[in-house]
Amino acid sequence: MVAAESRLDVDDVLLSRLKITRAEYARIVDLLGRAPNLVELGAFSAMWSEHCSYKSSRLHLERLPSEGKSVLQGPGENAGAIDIGDGFAVVFKIESHNHPSFIEPKQGAATGLGGILRDIFAMGARPVATLDSLRFGSEKHPRTRALLHGVVRGIGGYGNAFGVPNVGGEVQFDARYDGNILVNAFACGVIESDRLVFGRASGVGNAILTLGAKTGRDGIHGATMASDSFGKGKSAARGAIQVGDPFRGKMLMEACLELRSLGLALGIQDMGAAGLTSSSVEMGARSKTGIDIDLDLVPRRAKAMSPLELLLSESQERMLLVVRPELVEKVVAVATKWELDCATVGRVTDTTRWVIRATQGYDPLSPSPIARDAQIVCDLPLRALTEDAPRYERPMRVPSPSSTIAPRTAPPPLAVLCERAFRLLRQPNVGSKAWVYRQYDQIVRGGTVQRPGCSAGVIRVPCERDGVAFEKFLAFSVDGNGRFVDLDAHAGSAMAVAEATRNLVVAGARPIGLTDGLNFGSPENPETMFALSQCIDGIAEACGALAIPVVSGNVSLYNETDGRPILPTPIVAAVGLVDDIANVTTPSWKNEGDIIVLLGAGAWDGLRGSEYEALFSTGAQELPVIDLTAERALQDFVRAEIKRGSLVSANDVADGGLLTTLLEGSLLRDEHASPFGAAVELPNEDLEAFLFGESSSRIVVSVAPAQFDHLLARARSGDVLLRVLGHVTTDDTVRLTHEKASATISVALARSAHANAFAELG
Amino acid sequence: MHAAIVPFPGTNAEEEMIAALRFVCGAKITRVAHTERELPIDVDFVALPGGFSYGDYLRAGAIAKTAPILEAVRTFANRGGLVLGVCNGFQILVEASLLPGALLRNDHGRFDCRDIFVRTEHRGPFSPEARVLRLPIAHGEGRFHADDETMKRLEGEGRIAFRYADAAGETSRNANPNGSREAIAGLYGGPKKNILGLMPHPERMTEPHHGGTDGALLFRAALDSLKAP
Repeated sequence: MVAAESRLDVDDVLLSRLKITRAEYARIVDLLGRAPNLVELGAFSAMWSEHCSYKSSRLHLERLPSEGKSVLQGPGENAGAIDIGDGFAVVFKIESHNHPSFIEPKQGAATGLGGILRDIFAMGARPVATLDSLRFGSEKHPRTRALLHGVVRGIGGYGNAFGVPNVGGEVQFDARYDGNILVNAFACGVIESDRLVFGRASGVGNAILTLGAKTGRDGIHGATMASDSFGKGKSAARGAIQVGDPFRGKMLMEACLELRSLGLALGIQDMGAAGLTSSSVEMGARSKTGIDIDLDLVPRRAKAMSPLELLLSESQERMLLVVRPELVEKVVAVATKWELDCATVGRVTDTTRWVIRATQGYDPLSPSPIARDAQIVCDLPLRALTEDAPRYERPMRVPSPSSTIAPRTAPPPLAVLCERAFRLLRQPNVGSKAWVYRQYDQIVRGGTVQRPGCSAGVIRVPCERDGVAFEKFLAFSVDGNGRFVDLDAHAGSAMAVAEATRNLVVAGARPIGLTDGLNFGSPENPETMFALSQCIDGIAEACGALAIPVVSGNVSLYNETDGRPILPTPIVAAVGLVDDIANVTTPSWKNEGDIIVLLGAGAWDGLRGSEYEALFSTGAQELPVIDLTAERALQDFVRAEIKRGSLVSANDVADGGLLTTLLEGSLLRDEHASPFGAAVELPNEDLEAFLFGESSSRIVVSVAPAQFDHLLARARSGDVLLRVLGHVTTDDTVRLTHEKASATISVALARSAHANAFAELG
Repeated sequence: MHAAIVPFPGTNAEEEMIAALRFVCGAKITRVAHTERELPIDVDFVALPGGFSYGDYLRAGAIAKTAPILEAVRTFANRGGLVLGVCNGFQILVEASLLPGALLRNDHGRFDCRDIFVRTEHRGPFSPEARVLRLPIAHGEGRFHADDETMKRLEGEGRIAFRYADAAGETSRNANPNGSREAIAGLYGGPKKNILGLMPHPERMTEPHHGGTDGALLFRAALDSLKAP
C-alpha cells in the first residue's frame, strides 16, 4: 500500500468526476502494479461503479436463495432462467432506470424497457410479457404530472412498437419520491430449455462482433451517473441519457433469435450500462478467456470519437456477439437481412486480459481518415475489473425510532368510514390504474388471458417441440410497498415477496421464481445500508418460507436528492405457472348468493403505512409484521381450492384494505355486464383496522353455498382462518352492517370514483 | 382459404392474425416478405397486420407503402381479391391510396388500448350479421379524417363499414375513442368493397381467452363471401 501511495499523482478533480475514491485509486494502482492511463481509469470508473460492480450490496446479496431444482440460470447472467417443463424455460429479470427517467422521463423509461428486453433476448428467448413498477412524488408536487406523463409515454412508446404485451404493473405516489422517481421494468421471455444462449466469450480465436445500431456519443458515463445522487450544484447530466429506437430494437431481437435458431452465435451480451466495456469484460470474465478489441473497427455515427467514448458509449440497440471465425460471414448475412450494422471488432484470447487497441486520431467518418496503426490503449487483467472490484462491508446503523406520534384517534361512525372509502378509491394509489395501462398495448400477439387491473397478468404461450404443439400459461405480478419497508425493512420486504406470490396464487398460478429490484438511497448512509441489509434478509426469509428462488435482480442505490433518500423500495416481480386455463381466477363476483369469505388473518392492524393512514392519520402505532408460516398455509390452501374448482373468485387484500377488496368484487367486473353487489356483516372490532388496514396474508374469495361446508372443513384442517363476511347480491350496492348501524355504498358511484383516480394527473 | 400475411419490418401483430385465420377460417397461411414482388398464385385473402412498420417515425404506414409487395397487393385488390388491413395495416392502405382519407393522432393525444364497440354500417364481404361487435383497439393514430366531398362519397357509395358506438349500438362523442370523423372505425374500398381497413383488432377477439369472440364473426363473414357463388 505504501508503494502505491507514492504514485498517487492523479488529481482529485478527475477522480471525483470519475467517482473513484482515493482508496479505490490506490487499489487500482496496487492491482496493476502501475498507474492506469486515462482510458484505463475510465474503464475502472465504469466497471467499479455501484451500477456495474454492486460493491456495496454484493456481500449481502449472497444471502438470497437462488437455487432450486427448476433453476437453469441464477443471478450473474443477462437474466435468470427457470424450467417450466416439456422442454421450455422462462427467462426473466427486473431492472431499474431511475436516474435517467428523472432527468428525461420519456427516453429514460423507454430505454429502461429496451434494456431489459435486450437482456431477455440476449439469452435467446423471445420476450412474451413486460410489467412495470413506478414510483412518483406526491400528486401535488409540480413535477409529478410531467414525470408521470413522460414515463408512461416512454414505456408505451417503446413497448407498443416493439410488440410485447404489458400485462401488469404498479404505481405509487408518495412525497418521499419527490426528488427521485423510480422506474423498474420487468420482462419475461420463453425459450426451449436446452437452447439458452449465455453472455460468454468462449473459444480462443473466435471473433467478437458488434451487432445493431452504430455507436454514438449518447449515454457516456451512464453507469457512473446511475451511481450518483441528485442535488444542488450537480449538473443535470443530460448528455448521459440514451435515446431508444424500438424499431431497431425489434430488428435486433429478430436477428438475435435467428442467430440462436441457426446456432450461429456462441455468446450474446447486451451492450447496456457501460456499453462495449462492460459487455466485453463480462463475457471474457465469465468464460475466463481474454479479450482483444480494435476500436478502429467499431461502426459509429459520431465524428472523431475518442477511445474512451467508444468504450463507454451507451448507444441503444447494440449487442456484442462471439462467433466462430468460419461463421462470421453467415452472421453478417443475418444482420444485413434485418438491416443492422455488424462488424468484427476483435477476438477471444487466452490471456485473461482485456486489451483495447486504437489508432490515435483515426476517424473513419472523416473525409480523409489517417492511416490505421492501432496501438494498445488499455491492457488490464479482466479480474481487476470484475472479481477484484471493491466489495464494501459498509457501516450500518439501526435507525432511531421516529418521533412520537399523536395517540390513536377515536374511530368515526360507519357512515363516515364509507365516505372515506370513496376518498380512498379516488386516490391514484388505490383506484384504477387504467389511465396508465391503457397507454400500453396489453394484448399484442393475442396471448393475453388476464389483462392488467387484476391481481396478476396471465398469458398463453404457444409452444412447439418435436412436432408437438401445446400451450403454456404464465402469470406475473410485481409488488412492493416502500412505506412498510420504511417502518420495518425486514417485515416490509418479506411482505413484498408474499404479496407478489399471493397475487399469482389468487389468479390460479403456482409461483415458480422471482426477480427483485432493490431501490435505496446512498449506501454511505449507515441507516440506508441497514435497511438494505434487513431488506435482503426479509426477502430471503420469505423466499425460504414460500420455497421460491430469486434468479435475477438489480440494485439501484444513491436514489436521493440533497441527502434525502427515497423510501427504501424493494420491488418483487414473481412468475407463476398456470397448469390449466380453467384455473385462471378473477377478483370479481360471479353469482348471486355466493358466500363471501375472508381467508387468513393479518399479523398486525395494518394501519401504519397504509393509504388510509396517509389520508386520515389515525395515529396507529403497530409496526408491520408478517407471519410467513400462516402466509404459506394460506397460499397452499387457496391454490389447492382453485385447482379443486371450489372458488368462484379470489382477490388479495392490499392497497386500500379489505373494504377496497370487497368493492373490487363489483368494480372489476366488466362494466357492460350486469352489476353485482354485496351484503357484508362487520365483526365487532376495530373497524378502521378491519376495513382499511393493509396487513398481509389475507384473501377474499366467493364460494357457492353448496361448497361452503367443505371449504370450511378443509380450511380448519389446513390451519387457515376462515371468516364469513356476507354474500353476493344483484343490488347495485355494497351494504355494510355493524351491530345496529348499517350503511350503503353505491357501486355506480364507487365505480366512478375508482375510474377517475387519475383525473387530476391525466 | 389461402391467406397471405404481409409483415413489414416493424409489423408486430402478425401472430394473432395468423392464429385467427387458422382458428376461425382454417386458412392455409403463407407469409410473404415485403421485398417480394408477387403474391402466391392461388391466394384468395391478403392480410396486412398491425404494428409499427419502420417504427412509424415519419407517419404511420408512410414508408411501408413504398415496399415492392404493395404493387402486388394493389393488383390483387383491383381484381377484387379480399384485402384486410388492421390498425397499421389500415394506415398502410390509406398511405398507399387504396383507401381514402387519413389516420391522424387520436384527439386525446394518447395511445389507447381497451375494448370498444363498433356498429356494422354498410354491408360488404366482411360484414357479419351482428349489428354490434365488441373489439379491442390499440393505437395512437386512429382518428379517421377525410374532406367533406370524400365523406359524402363514402356515404353515397356505401363504404362505411363500421362506426364506433356504445354497447347498445348508439354513436356518441363518448363512444368514439379517438375523435374519428363520423365515428368511422372501418372503411370499405376496392371495386367490390373487397378491401377493408379497420382500426380495431378483430383478430385479437376470436378465442374465449381473449374475453370475447366477436372478431371471429368478421373473419367468418369473409370466409362465407369467398364460398358464395
